[in-house]
Amino acid sequence: MDEEYDVIVLGTGLTECILSGLLSVEGKKVLHMDRNDYYGGDSASLNLTQLYRKFRPNQAPPTALGRDRDYAVDLVPKFIIASGELTKILVHTDVTRYLEFKQIAGSFVYRDGRISKVPSTEMEAVKSPLMGLFEKRRAKKFFEFLQGWKDEDPTTHQGINLDKDSMKTVYEKFGLEPGTQDFIGHAMALYLDDDYITKPARPAYDRIILYTSSMARYGKSPYIYPLYGLGELPQSFARLSAIYGGTYMLDKQIDAIVTDADGKFVGVTSGGETVKAKQVIGDPSYFGAGKEEEGGKVRVIEEGKVVRAICLLKHPIPGTDDSDSCQIIIPQNQVGRRNDIYIAMVSSTHNVCAKDIFVAIVSTIVETDKPELEIAPGLNLLGPIHEKFVTITPVYTPTSTGTADNIFITRSYDATSHFETVVEDVQDVFKRVTGTDLVLKKREVEVTE
Amino acid sequence: MSKQFQFKLVLLGESAVGKSSLVLRFVKDQFDDYRESTIGAAFLTQTVTLDDQTTVKFEIWDTAGQERYKSLAPMYYRNANCAVVVYDITQTASLEKARTWIRELQRQADPSIVIALCGNKTDLAARRQVTEEEAKKYADEEGLMWAETSAKTGEGVSEIFTAIAKKLPLTAPPSARAGGPGRTGPARAGVDLNKQSAAQGQQEACNC
Repeated sequence: MDEEYDVIVLGTGLTECILSGLLSVEGKKVLHMDRNDYYGGDSASLNLTQLYRKFRPNQAPPTALGRDRDYAVDLVPKFIIASGELTKILVHTDVTRYLEFKQIAGSFVYRDGRISKVPSTEMEAVKSPLMGLFEKRRAKKFFEFLQGWKDEDPTTHQGINLDKDSMKTVYEKFGLEPGTQDFIGHAMALYLDDDYITKPARPAYDRIILYTSSMARYGKSPYIYPLYGLGELPQSFARLSAIYGGTYMLDKQIDAIVTDADGKFVGVTSGGETVKAKQVIGDPSYFGAGKEEEGGKVRVIEEGKVVRAICLLKHPIPGTDDSDSCQIIIPQNQVGRRNDIYIAMVSSTHNVCAKDIFVAIVSTIVETDKPELEIAPGLNLLGPIHEKFVTITPVYTPTSTGTADNIFITRSYDATSHFETVVEDVQDVFKRVTGTDLVLKKREVEVTE
Repeated sequence: MSKQFQFKLVLLGESAVGKSSLVLRFVKDQFDDYRESTIGAAFLTQTVTLDDQTTVKFEIWDTAGQERYKSLAPMYYRNANCAVVVYDITQTASLEKARTWIRELQRQADPSIVIALCGNKTDLAARRQVTEEEAKKYADEEGLMWAETSAKTGEGVSEIFTAIAKKLPLTAPPSARAGGPGRTGPARAGVDLNKQSAAQGQQEACNC
C-alpha cells in the first residue's frame, strides 16, 4: 500500500460508489475502502445472517424464514423514480448492463382512515375516490394547466408566474380543497412537510411533472426497483470504478484520517499503514459521526433523525389490491404530524426475500422522544407483522465544503422516498472535488460480438 | 431453426494467473506479453457454435481486480451459469487459491453452476510446479471440468470454452439475469432503461 492515490473513498454506500465510479472513469486513481465485509454501507441490502447480526446479535435467523441467500433486505427504503436523475446516471454510465429492473406495482395515499391509489393523470383523477364530483373538475383543470405549461408561451400561463407566485396561489386559483392539496403536495410532489406551500411554485411544478412523466413511462407507478435489492446499485457502480482501475478493499478498519499541520488531508491509516492521497471522500461515519468528540475538529453535525421499521409480513398490505410492491404515503395532516410517514414494500417478485414473504419499511422523520410510536399509523396499515427491526438513525451533514482541507464528506440518507437528493449530493461533492460540474458523457463501451 | 443460448461466465483465480489474457485470446485471438492488470475490460461476449442448429453466447465477466482484497461483490456470482477458475501451472500457490475460489463458488453461486478448473501458462511448462495428475485428481474429486491452456500460444483455449458450452444445459432457457445487451426478450417482465430513454419523445406508453 505504498502507492499514492488521487482520491481515497471511504464507505461503499451508493453516494460514494457513484462518485468512485465517475472519478475512475475521469481517469483518477481511486482507492475505495469499507470497514464492513459487504458493499453498500448504510444503503446496503442484507441477507438474513447479516440482518440478524446487525439487529439481533444473539439470535440466529429462524429457519422458518427460508434460505439466507434469498434475502436482500434494504436498510434504507427508497425507490428509483423512473424519469429522475439516478436513472440518467444509470443509463449514461452503462451500469444498467449489470442490473435488471422491475416496476413498483402501485403508489397509494392515506386519507380519512383508508388508502387509495394516487391519481397521476386527468383520467385517473376523474376516476379517483379521493375527490368529489366538483373537485374532480377543478383537479382536471389544474392538471391540464400543469401539463400544458410552456415557459415560452404566455397563453399557457393563465396569469400565473411559477417563479414568483406561491403554490398556495396556484392551488387557490383552481380552488382545490385542502385534501386535494394534500395528495398533490405529498403523494405526487413528494414533499415531506407543508413548507413548500408558501414558496414559489416552480419546484413543486417540476416535482409534479417528474412524478407524472415517471408514471407515464411504465404505467403502474412512477417507480422502478432493481432485482436483488437496492444494494445492487452501489455494487454496480463499484464494478464500474474497478473496471476503470479503482482498487477495492472491504473489511478494512479505518484507524485515522491523517492531516498535516494546516489541517489539510494527507492520508488514511488502516492496519498500522498510512496510504496517501490528494483527496478523501467518505460517508459521515468515517468522520466522527455518532462518536464522542475527542478534541478533534467537528466535521459533521446531526440534522435530525429518521426512524425506520423493517417489517417482514406473510401477506401483501391490505387494501393495495394484493400488490407485490407499493409505496403508501401518509400525509402529515392526516395524522397530526409535521412530517409524512412512508411505507415502502417489496417482495419475492424483486428477488429480495423468500416466496410468500413481504418486506415493508415504515419510516418518518423523528419529531418526539418516542419515535416508534410516531410510525404507529403506518404499522397499523400492515396487518399482522411477523418480524420487526427498528432503527433510529441520525442524519448527518458535513460542516464544511472540504475545499480547504481536501476532506469531502457526503450526507446521510434522508427520509425521502427516492434517490433524487442522493444524486444532488453526488453532483455537489463531484463539483467540490473536481472543481467542475458533473456532465454525463456516454461511456465508451467495449462490446465485442 | 437455429437456436442461440446465452450464458453468464465468470472468471476467478489469483491475480496474474492470466484470467484476462485467456479471455482476450478467446474473444479476440490476441495476446499481449506486458498486459497491465485489468483496466477497461468492460464487457466481453463470444459465441461458440456447437452444430448447425445451436450456438452458445458467453457473456464474460472479468473480476476487474476486485478479487485482490476480498472485495468481489455478490453481484459477480449472481446468476452465473459457468465459471472458469484459473491457476498458473508454474505456481503451486495459485492452485491453492483456486481451491479457495471453488469453495466460494460452491457457497455463493447457484448449485447448478458448471465449473471448469483451468491450468494456464503451458508455454512455460519447463517451470511447471503443478502436475497434471495433481490438478486432475482434485477436479475429479470436486466434479469439475479440467483442462490446461496457454493464453500465449492459444493452446487449449477455444477447446475449454467449447467443452463448457457442451456441458451447459441447453434444454432449459438460460437464467433470466444472464442477458447483457439483448436482455429484453419477450419473456422478460422487467423494464429496460436504455430502450426507454432512446424511445423518449416518441410518446411511448404515454397514458395522459
